[in-house]
Amino acid sequence: MRLRSSMGFALAFALALVMTNVRADDAEARLTIRSHRFEPAELTVPADKKVKLTIENEDSTAEEFESYELNREKVVPAKGRVTLYVGPLKPGRYPFFGDFHKDTAQGVLIAQ
Amino acid sequence: MAGIAVLVFREVLEAALVVSVVFAATRGVPGRARWIGAGIAAGVLGSIVLAVSAEAVAEAAAGMGQELFNATVLFAAVAMIAWHAIWMATHGRQMALQMQALGAEVSVGRRPLAALAIVVTLAVLREGSEIVLFLLAQAAGGSGAFDIAGGIALGVGGGAATGLALYLGLLRIPIRHFFTATNWLLLLLAAGMASQGARFLVQADLIPSLGARLWDTSAFLSERSILGQTLHALIGYDARPAGVQIVFYLVTAVSIAIGMKVWGRPRRKITQAA
Repeated sequence: MRLRSSMGFALAFALALVMTNVRADDAEARLTIRSHRFEPAELTVPADKKVKLTIENEDSTAEEFESYELNREKVVPAKGRVTLYVGPLKPGRYPFFGDFHKDTAQGVLIAQ
Repeated sequence: MAGIAVLVFREVLEAALVVSVVFAATRGVPGRARWIGAGIAAGVLGSIVLAVSAEAVAEAAAGMGQELFNATVLFAAVAMIAWHAIWMATHGRQMALQMQALGAEVSVGRRPLAALAIVVTLAVLREGSEIVLFLLAQAAGGSGAFDIAGGIALGVGGGAATGLALYLGLLRIPIRHFFTATNWLLLLLAAGMASQGARFLVQADLIPSLGARLWDTSAFLSERSILGQTLHALIGYDARPAGVQIVFYLVTAVSIAIGMKVWGRPRRKITQAA
């Protein structure tokens, strides 16, 4: 019984270690939506790494972050903040846009 | 107005295609229009509620509420379709024979309509909430009531017309093969939904991607195109899938197919009648 619980504990510990390791390897990037535009409009992220992308919406209307190249879509509520994961990406350009304000909300993620 | 109409159309299209497959699959069932109509109405109401609470959903589960919600909705729809497809496999052959014998769409017994009504509700809910959020943003951005109303009318009308076209196309399938065809369509629909659900879980980093982009067929058929989007909604076409999406797709398709085979084996009497 004790053996089993300590094994369980060791397993959980190892798992936690693996998970924190994975997290530590992830890159982070931030985007801001202001007046229906992405800032920065060109965002550089490391290639071949999973990227945690945080998007903050300063507008008082919702936006939908969308990208065919990244195969991602996510609503960013008015005055809200969301996170999502992309990649690991091969080096290259990955355009994205705001589906609710396509004429102004355009940007590109550059993996290098 | 054109911009509004295009976005509304794209969202309505996906839901309309699901509705028309469901409508075809329930051919000959009494009360189906009422059930599916109620499913659509519940979806529209739910869309408004969901759009209003978008912020709360987004902030739930450490900012991954949206992915969890979408994945849950998709997997729930998959479960409903699987159940219905397997049920149909056990009863559909017999029903088709009866319909053929009587040469008309007659009442062919009670069928579980609730499962498919829920599928319709969930499909409308997912696409509808995006439309509501978009329209709220447009209204706040100074679009006039005329532009918004016109955009909705054109978008919904166009989407519904496409769905109707698919439905009428499906009706041309000979009745002998009809329920087999709609059942396979439901199977592919469910597999595609499972794959989309998996994509949301990858986006939230809850499951490994098993290859972030297994292949890229966007040059061949882009999801931006109407055909690409139609196939996306119907059979889960994805130009740039993650590896785990393929796993979810295949596991779902194979599981339902096995379920249909195991429970849908023709009874002796029916085989002779055919």
